[in-house]
Amino acid sequence: MKKLTITDLEKLRQKIQEDHTVREGKALATINLHMGTCGIAAGMRKVMTALLQEIEAKDIKNVRVSTSGCAGLCSREPMATVLIAGQPPVKYADLTDEKIRRILNEHVLGGNLVKEYVLAVGSERVG
Amino acid sequence: MKDSVLELEKVQEIIQRWNGKQEFLIEMLQDVQAEYRYLPREVLEEIARTIEVPLGRVYHLATFFKGFSLTPRGEYEVSVCMGTACHVKGGKRILDAFSRQLKIEEGGTTGDQKFSLDSVRCLGCCGLAPVVTINEDLYGNINSTRVAAILKKYK
Amino acid sequence: MPYRLHMLLCAGTGCVSNRSLEVKEALEKEIQQRGLESEIQVIATGCNGFCGVGPIVLVQPDGIFYQQVKVRDIPALVEEHLVKGRPYKKLMFTPSKEAEPIPKMNDIPFFGKQMLIALRNRGLIDPENIEEYIARDGYKALAKVLSSMTPEQVIEEVKVSGLRGRGGGGFPTGLKWEVCRNAIGDEKYLICNCDEGDPGAFMDRSIVESDPHSVIEGMAIGAYAVGILQAYIYVRMEYPLALKRFILALDQAREYGLIGENILGTSFSFDIEVHRGAGAFVCGEETALIASIEGKPGEPRAKYVYPAQQGLRDMPTLINNVETWANIPVIIQRGAKWFSSIGTRDVSESEQGGSTGTKVFSLVGKVNNTGLVEVPMGIKLREIIYDIGGGIAGGKRFKAVQTGGPSGGCLPEELLDLPVDFDRLLSVGSMMGSGGMIVMDEEDCMVDVARYFIDFLNGESCGKCTPCREGLRQMREILNRICDGKGEDADIQKLEDLSELMVEGSLCALGGTAPNPVLNTLRYFKDEYVAHIKDRRCPAGTCQALITYRIDAEKCTGCALCAKHCPVNCISGEPKKLHTIEISACIKCGTCYDACRFDAVIRK
Repeated sequence: MKKLTITDLEKLRQKIQEDHTVREGKALATINLHMGTCGIAAGMRKVMTALLQEIEAKDIKNVRVSTSGCAGLCSREPMATVLIAGQPPVKYADLTDEKIRRILNEHVLGGNLVKEYVLAVGSERVG
Repeated sequence: MKDSVLELEKVQEIIQRWNGKQEFLIEMLQDVQAEYRYLPREVLEEIARTIEVPLGRVYHLATFFKGFSLTPRGEYEVSVCMGTACHVKGGKRILDAFSRQLKIEEGGTTGDQKFSLDSVRCLGCCGLAPVVTINEDLYGNINSTRVAAILKKYK
Repeated sequence: MPYRLHMLLCAGTGCVSNRSLEVKEALEKEIQQRGLESEIQVIATGCNGFCGVGPIVLVQPDGIFYQQVKVRDIPALVEEHLVKGRPYKKLMFTPSKEAEPIPKMNDIPFFGKQMLIALRNRGLIDPENIEEYIARDGYKALAKVLSSMTPEQVIEEVKVSGLRGRGGGGFPTGLKWEVCRNAIGDEKYLICNCDEGDPGAFMDRSIVESDPHSVIEGMAIGAYAVGILQAYIYVRMEYPLALKRFILALDQAREYGLIGENILGTSFSFDIEVHRGAGAFVCGEETALIASIEGKPGEPRAKYVYPAQQGLRDMPTLINNVETWANIPVIIQRGAKWFSSIGTRDVSESEQGGSTGTKVFSLVGKVNNTGLVEVPMGIKLREIIYDIGGGIAGGKRFKAVQTGGPSGGCLPEELLDLPVDFDRLLSVGSMMGSGGMIVMDEEDCMVDVARYFIDFLNGESCGKCTPCREGLRQMREILNRICDGKGEDADIQKLEDLSELMVEGSLCALGGTAPNPVLNTLRYFKDEYVAHIKDRRCPAGTCQALITYRIDAEKCTGCALCAKHCPVNCISGEPKKLHTIEISACIKCGTCYDACRFDAVIRK
């Protein structure tokens, strides 16, 4: 290990901080992948890997990927919900590798819904 | 006599570890305590001679600090915490229970040199009071009924 | 590929004793078996603080808090949360039997009311990996002072922050630094006091175990400000893990050029060496600690001259404790103004300017939620004990809270609304000390507590000053007598006279404050002393000589557990029927009391 200078320290910090946005629970948007038994059976794991690889390839730091249980509409799995602060949640259905990449790039990063894949906007009422 | 020759070799090694400097006398004694589980008189004499301090000063340190013992300690050192939190949660009852089970008083060592029993000031795990350590193992939230079962692991 | 989930598993001393390392192993194995190791990272962190419910696992970014996690829970936890994404209710914190489990850490009242400065990284980073500290803005403050601040500016910043020493005395830190900077000496030394000796206190252990670099960074900033090349860390022998983490952290800091020669490529050089204590409470006292580093017995000397002017090897020596050092980087980074906006900064009430910032307390004893808490100065005792601590365990009644270690005091119920800061605690006859907060209930005898502390101090007095050495011995005899039911009418007066003498005639703070536990309990709980002396009765049911054990006929189920555990076989009874204790044979060891699951053993 070469001894650090003040500039090196900052560079190193920037490099390793990415890992810590997840740790600290800070993120611009969350992509929630529904991973009930049906979701997994329908191929969600492959979709998730594609999403994580895309996030890595593009060096995206402020998007967090979470998983949750079955969304209740098993016939349309794999499904995901995009949550952006201040906006209603958006549910996408029948996902594939290609679709999740488009959702990430166009909706999460670009701010435009990928209309043809959208299942619903807004969430069910609770209680 | 062969044993004691070996022993003193170890002592020289400990002294050299601290470059024979007088200001590291406490550290040397700590290493001796860790090595022999007590501070044998011959060892203290050897240290005093080597680093040229009066034997009295070595004994002053050896008797001042609680971490040192002039008599051999057991293979397993049972330390019952007597911090404030442990005190209010019945630490004394735990100490008494160990004392009854091991048939030794606080500060004592069993005849087979297997166990020593001590109370300690505070182990700093007050959230788990009452607490006992046996060498490196720490037991929290214990009560007097568990003492026999804990000791069984070491017998 | 970045990890989607981080599982932060507490590996502080408390959780480790509850087998958290075995839990970690099981978790890693299960994750691997399911092929999730590239998505989920398991990190062993330092103490999370909520020691009472360990082992603890925090899942980020979701913020889900799992408690009392056992190896056998792991398959279900992995299946539910990691695979299916359903937080696993069974392991969540549940405040009471009737209440719903609380999934998120920050919604649990124990955490919600806390404010973390010294403990900012606890439970979030791997303390054995310097890069984790750097990612959390570590060593940024050091870079800032080295690149853009003069030593005078650093001292000014610390002065303006109002930071006072967290080790007990509450001396203004910035002032101490200034005195040391202005002191004349060929060399100057810096010491980090990690000889946390107060029984019932473990703040410093926890800070070092969970975030050693925050202390090292604080020390480096102090050294730059005062002009010091060499520092020492003095760790008490009872803290082996803290010692190990310090040594590891120093090696890493040296490797990265954050201590040693030409730090961060500048002309500033500074290094740190670790000393291990050998077991003496008095070594927490600055001058005794210095003697011990010099290889001498830890006996204090008179403080006519402060160590800041003449300390280690008679050179100016800057000494602060772990928590104080850990506050420094935050003050530099976020500014003195921000820091001093927290707490009670009311100059009109105190010449030293009130208490700013936060304080870490070890909240222990008879509260429901035990652990380590960091709260803003000025918070009320009631908020700490009831809101954070969840009230008194077992539905018992609150009696007192002990603060300030052996030199502090026991505060009664009527003081629960007291805002906690240095000056207010002093004004009611206790003190901040290093931050132990031991809650006591109706079953704790205040005379016994006073005896406990006097006994403690009697064992720890270095013996140099006669009033302290002999005064403590006499006090202990009187208190023993009272607890044995043999107290005399004049004993209370004798205790008060001895106290006065010890305050006047002792060199160091240990002796000068040693009578506090007695004076304080006499002030608030005199009736208990009187009950022991006049009625030969211990109202709390603690003092062995004054109590008997009986079995409650209504509550006893005849389970025979008490009889099974009784070491002298003095309990008899038919199965499923009422058991009785043969009082003449009973040695009052309390084992039956511990064994009974129905609260049927009465101690009175």
